[in-house]
Amino acid sequence: MNDTETKPKKEKIPRQAMPEQEPGERVKNFNEVPCGYPPETAILEAKRCIQCKKPGCVEGCPVDVRIPEFIKQIAEGDFLGAARTLKETNCLPAVCGRVCPQEDQCEKTCILGKKGEPVAIGRLERFAADYEREQDAVTIPAVAKPNGKKVAVVGAGPSGLTIAGDLVKLGYDITVFEALHKAGGVLIYGIPEFRLPKAIVEAEVDYLKQLGVKVVTNAVIGRLKTIDELFAEGYDAVYIAVGAGAPVFMGIPGENISGIYSANEYLTRSNLMKAYRFPEYDTPIVRGKNVAVVGGGNVAMDSVRTALRLGADNAYIIYRRSEVEMPARKEEVHHAKEEGVQFLLLTNPVEYLGSKEGWVTGVKCIQMELGEPDASGRRSPVPMPGSEFVIDVDTVVVAVGTMANPIVSSTTPGLQTNKRGYIITKGESGETTRRGVYAGGDIVTGSATVILAMGAGRKAAQAIHQALSGGA
Amino acid sequence: MSIIVSKENLSDSVVRMDILAPEIAMKRKAGQFVILKVNEQGERIPLTIVDSDGEKGTVAIIFQIVGKTTALMAGLKVGDDIQDVQGPLGNPTEIENIGHVVCIGGGVGVGVIYPITKGLKEAGNRVTSIIGARTKSLIILEEEMKEASNELIVTTDDGSYGIHGFVSNVLQKIIDGGEKIDRVYAIGPVPMMKVIANLTRPYGIKTIVSLNAIMVDATGMCGACRVSVGGKTKFTCVDGPEFDGHEVDFDLLTSRLRMYCEQEGQSYERHRCGWQGN
Repeated sequence: MNDTETKPKKEKIPRQAMPEQEPGERVKNFNEVPCGYPPETAILEAKRCIQCKKPGCVEGCPVDVRIPEFIKQIAEGDFLGAARTLKETNCLPAVCGRVCPQEDQCEKTCILGKKGEPVAIGRLERFAADYEREQDAVTIPAVAKPNGKKVAVVGAGPSGLTIAGDLVKLGYDITVFEALHKAGGVLIYGIPEFRLPKAIVEAEVDYLKQLGVKVVTNAVIGRLKTIDELFAEGYDAVYIAVGAGAPVFMGIPGENISGIYSANEYLTRSNLMKAYRFPEYDTPIVRGKNVAVVGGGNVAMDSVRTALRLGADNAYIIYRRSEVEMPARKEEVHHAKEEGVQFLLLTNPVEYLGSKEGWVTGVKCIQMELGEPDASGRRSPVPMPGSEFVIDVDTVVVAVGTMANPIVSSTTPGLQTNKRGYIITKGESGETTRRGVYAGGDIVTGSATVILAMGAGRKAAQAIHQALSGGA
Repeated sequence: MSIIVSKENLSDSVVRMDILAPEIAMKRKAGQFVILKVNEQGERIPLTIVDSDGEKGTVAIIFQIVGKTTALMAGLKVGDDIQDVQGPLGNPTEIENIGHVVCIGGGVGVGVIYPITKGLKEAGNRVTSIIGARTKSLIILEEEMKEASNELIVTTDDGSYGIHGFVSNVLQKIIDGGEKIDRVYAIGPVPMMKVIANLTRPYGIKTIVSLNAIMVDATGMCGACRVSVGGKTKFTCVDGPEFDGHEVDFDLLTSRLRMYCEQEGQSYERHRCGWQGN
């Protein structure tokens, strides 16, 4: 009982900063940038939480983490208890604590944020999950008795891993099929080591395996076997969570010249294949001296910060709108600026120039100005005639978005997609137009966030459980 | 993990392996490929599935030792395993009865053309095959190709075996002889495919080539393997690997294949100097 503590006293504690590597130092390595709270800082931060009766933070969380409860446990020094509370609703807390856009979710709806700074919920989540793992204190909770039902999950990214964790706890026999050689999806191939250490993703996948989830890698569903063949093998339901993995190019002249990458390729080489450790690892990557990254999202920030770490002297962001419209998290933009990334805003590439040998030498850009708001509500960029100029580069990364990969939908008769190739589902249940087939994450919504994909996995787990435990 | 169940040196630098991959063996069709990753540090490389044995659950691959990964693989023994084998990938060859088909294989490309040749003959086509290499010791799968074709012609650049000359010379002769050709399949080094495509273009003979672009994921995710076909960007892994040879921009492909020349050399050198497996 802490009733004697008064609110004004709590508000005196400022939001605790998280120590991080100095910019000058961190651009020389791929180690994680923020270092996490020490226990005493975590307790201090946790004590800022006023334990609302109707917590707004939980409403802001797509997977309904019991936020006040785990924060209270941290405040009381019960760090392992906090980790277990987290894991009851979120099988990837160490990941979410790092990559969730808390400022748009739980922390946005934190009551303290109305007058001052919200509780650093993400940092506390990360602290509890890291503490448990680092203390080697991860415990495997009891799961329900096997219920004899088999569910196949296609794609081992955040959405697939979440549904796998939820359903295995309910007694389902779960197999996750992953196309690549390693589970984790975007957490492994996309998000760089300096933002999400791969050892953490591997530990979270291991945890699911210990719960009983089977993970089959190198299994490209649609090629190795189809969804229909999975049903023929005895699966009672299939959840498709293959992400929006196909890269978008702009279709401008010269885009196929050597030295021009999609962000997917650049990041996959560096993160999944560990090309930043070439030649210790066999996969090469171009270590450009003057690197331009086209785009203004988190993937663009990840790419440009990777380029710096690979030794670029000049790393540019080329973005067609202004900083206000940038879809990247503020924290990512801030980190990129600190590290020396040069932002060329209201600028759009129109052509790539190459050498005789076919290597990129320059990006011809055009200056843009903001016009009327477009469908997204943001003011649309309009080219300014005659404002073209060339930036000298030897490497380009195109990070202007991704689209649906048709490999599963095109091999599954009766599975309807919209005109952009995303799978059509009925509301939040994830039910598709094929009986027994559910879908969620980016393959339904188009590219979004890790936590929204996880939320979709959570809801589809409930829908599948209802369908298989009720009707059958 | 896939165990190597047999290994054979087809020439000084070309190796054939049968690896255990039962699901892929059941599913694969002519023209498809696998991605292999030898070990934890390994890169992902695409290799055509040359043959398969559904009963034994094996798929056959053929590769030439050209760099670190292929050298590392050549050093593996029967019973060793390859860490990751992913497939079958790419679109199968459209095998149909079209009449008289000429199948042309150059160098290690004979390994790629072989399953297609076999499939085309089984579908009822009359198949004339031309295989070539720099010199006699580099000619592979001669017996297999003979069996898979109605007629087989072998060429060597140096005249050490078969006809002295290039595969394109033989094709030109067949065309000049007035024999009708309904389709040409040409698979080998990029310059060879380019020459063949240029040769058949004026005669309007449809010519299919199989491209060996650099790949990473090979599922349409990264775009490393993009090529220009008929002025449009295509991904070799999911849109190919076979394309209409008359539409392919071979110069762009050549340039993109050179993207990592320096690093590939460095990696291979390091491997040869004894950093094996690391």
